Amino acid sequence: MGTDALRMRGITKRFGRIPANDAVDFTVAKGEIHCLLGENGAGKTTLMKVLFGLHKKDAGEILLDGRPVEISSPGDAIAGGIGMVHQHFMLVGRLTVTENIIAGREPRSGFLLDYRRAREMVREISGRYGLKVDPDARVEEISVGQQQRVEILKALLREAELLIFDEPTAVLTPPEVQELFGVMRRLKASGKTMIFITHKLKETMEISDRVTILRDGRKVATVETARTTPARLAEMMVGREVELRVARPEVTRGERILALKDLRVKGADGRYRLNGVNLEIHRGEILGIAGVEGNGQLELEEVVAGLLKPAQGRVWLGAEEITALDPGAIRARGVAYIPSDRLRRGLIGSFSAARNLILGSQRGRAFAPGGILRHRRIEEEARRLVADFDIRAASVHEPAAALSGGNQQKVVIARELSRRPELVVAAQPTRGVDVGAVEYIHRQLLKMRGEGKGVLLISAELDELRALSDRIAVLYEGRIVAEGPSGGFTEQELGLLMAGEGK
Amino acid sequence: MAEILTAIFNTSNLSATVRMATPIALAAMGGSFSERSGVINLGLEGMILSGAFAGVLGSYISGNPWLGVLLAVAAGGMMGLILAFFAVGLKADHVVSGVGLNIFALGLTTWLMQVIWKSRGTSEAVAGLKEVSLPLIRDVPVLGAILGTNSPLVYLMLILVFLGWAVLFRTPWGLRIRVVGEHPEAADTLGIKVHRIQYACVVLSGCLAGLGGAYLSLGQLNWFSMNMSAGRGYMALAANIFGQWNPLGGLLASFLFSFTDALQMRIQAAGIAWPNEVIQMLPYLLTVAVLAGAVIRSRPPAALGRHYEPGRNT
Ligand SMILES: Nc1ncnc2c1ncn2[C@@H]1O[C@H](COP(=O)(O)OP(=O)(O)OP(=O)(O)O)[C@@H](O)[C@H]1O
Ligand SMILES: [Mg+2]
Repeated sequence: MGTDALRMRGITKRFGRIPANDAVDFTVAKGEIHCLLGENGAGKTTLMKVLFGLHKKDAGEILLDGRPVEISSPGDAIAGGIGMVHQHFMLVGRLTVTENIIAGREPRSGFLLDYRRAREMVREISGRYGLKVDPDARVEEISVGQQQRVEILKALLREAELLIFDEPTAVLTPPEVQELFGVMRRLKASGKTMIFITHKLKETMEISDRVTILRDGRKVATVETARTTPARLAEMMVGREVELRVARPEVTRGERILALKDLRVKGADGRYRLNGVNLEIHRGEILGIAGVEGNGQLELEEVVAGLLKPAQGRVWLGAEEITALDPGAIRARGVAYIPSDRLRRGLIGSFSAARNLILGSQRGRAFAPGGILRHRRIEEEARRLVADFDIRAASVHEPAAALSGGNQQKVVIARELSRRPELVVAAQPTRGVDVGAVEYIHRQLLKMRGEGKGVLLISAELDELRALSDRIAVLYEGRIVAEGPSGGFTEQELGLLMAGEGK
Repeated sequence: MAEILTAIFNTSNLSATVRMATPIALAAMGGSFSERSGVINLGLEGMILSGAFAGVLGSYISGNPWLGVLLAVAAGGMMGLILAFFAVGLKADHVVSGVGLNIFALGLTTWLMQVIWKSRGTSEAVAGLKEVSLPLIRDVPVLGAILGTNSPLVYLMLILVFLGWAVLFRTPWGLRIRVVGEHPEAADTLGIKVHRIQYACVVLSGCLAGLGGAYLSLGQLNWFSMNMSAGRGYMALAANIFGQWNPLGGLLASFLFSFTDALQMRIQAAGIAWPNEVIQMLPYLLTVAVLAGAVIRSRPPAALGRHYEPGRNT
């Protein structure tokens, strides 16, 4: 494949004393799609931020097209032909697509910004690579998939030859993922080089030419995609064998634990987000909710958790109606809630892991007898949970925001499942989480099922739904359009139903 | 009722509005620049005060009021630099830094006044700015009475506000300012220097507020008195919010605030048989009502008041 577009040699980056990257060598050939794999916290994002000038490296050197370069700011990286599509989008919601793309590179006429030329530039570049966007739309009003296109266009406008995609598919629906892959193939055909980060091995196998695996900040290996298998990749990432699909044993189905009757929820625009939803979950059962995001999933999880009151309809937990209860009362009755937005709903970023682990029990006798928090007890409980649930943190005093994505999710899961719930609401429980942690979370949910709890699993991952659920219901535009035993659906059928097609 | 109407639609009332609005609109525009770049600016009050003082000092030393205006702009800019150093450079809380700056400015100007003019209340009178009369506009019926003859700083303010609007919303630099105030991480990844833009905007806001101060001490009067700004900085901040962080909006808001104030004086002077307390309350009531409505719908820059450290939360 000719010369190397990028060579990173001996890159070390420490936060405090702990190295996030430890003498990493990383080489990307010109014109290839190179996948970077590793567990949560392995150091993938850190390595890419060093490359993009957002982190200052402690040691090592970077060569672009064989020439050593000094990258100390994103400006340097951009000048060197590097573009980055970030894990969390770097877009200004209230500005237009055009403004977001051209900021920092504005065409001028005299002192003024030449908006007409700017718009033409955006049209030209979006046409060239088949990335359709409306130049005049406000970024906050377009879909996540379109926002990602804006991010890619930003890099392309700056003549990036090497593009970094940090977990671009985590936020996309399956059809959007295919669309992104189409764009990546087109970019490759036009000679661009790409680094692609994902936790989904299927995607790695589909799109990449080579794979580099990081573990605990060190490079494990670089392999050719065609000569490896998902199982081997998983093993190299985690350092042990990983079950990519956890077996679901037979469990006898018990009495009804959750019932939703004719639920209706109205959005701010007056349209129904949930429009007459009827569902039941029994003990020892996992009910999977399939659907493209934005079809009522968020409203569903929030109604059951008590965060959102339905305009109409009723919710029963066992024999008791809980429709009008507040979230605290619903928790007290044994509902565990793993929210889809863990950073906003599941954790308080600036609080320590220990405090996050007892959140919701802070007023009880266990941790605050007489209304005074007992830090010793909180810490003991936190230590126990950290050990039981294999949470990797430097200490329980580490703020939650400093943990890697997978470990943040483990904190939420440990807290929610350790309080012996009757019903578990798990919304997108494995989003952005590495294969080892996925296996772990799946086991935990199945364990709950085995203990005779009910589980409401809302997920955008069809594999996950099919592997874990006893029954699957498909949510489309606020209605259940299909429901049945999970074995009764093929992946294609589910895909069509989610898109509002099929019967 | 007829008396009230004549009191409202009265050209001298409107020309008073324009005059009283001038320092507020200038400082409000300063607030727009500072806050669009993400830095809360509660220091406008101190910046106006420093400008008012420096203006008189410059005129006192040189005998030329225009050199006073120049010194006022420089002094406001210095105050902006101090605020930027604390709020941006040292990442101190913006509100605390701004309030601290105001206290510092009040103490410094009062003390310097005592040292220089040996007086506790006011400075000596100095050469002030002369009013100018615009030949063409002067002869237009109503407009002439309102805008025909004024301090040059009034005209300068009108020009600057339009210029400021154009810079913020029509130039590359303005777009960069807005990106920084909305999403500094995004700005950084676009190669925009976040802290440099914030420093520039806060210093610029100081210069504008300082110019507003010069209008108080050299345009309306020709001396400095203790705490001369008298809350105009806070009114400017409110005008900036009401004006949706837009210099033109800030100008309109300043007009509204000043108009109600002028009206209030007018009604009192007209001897209308209402209790004085009620009349004095009117402008404030109106301001509160208008602001409450505006704040509900207003949308501040997303990263306002937040400190940016490269390589975090991205
Ligand atoms: N700004 C920071 N300050 C302190 N520690 C950090 C910072 N950024 C990352 N880390 C730590 O560095 C390590 C590597 O993090 P990094 O974000 O690179 O992981 P990752 O491989 O991208 O994981 P994920 O798959 O969850 O995105 C983690 O232990 C993380 O907690
Ligand atoms: Mg990452």
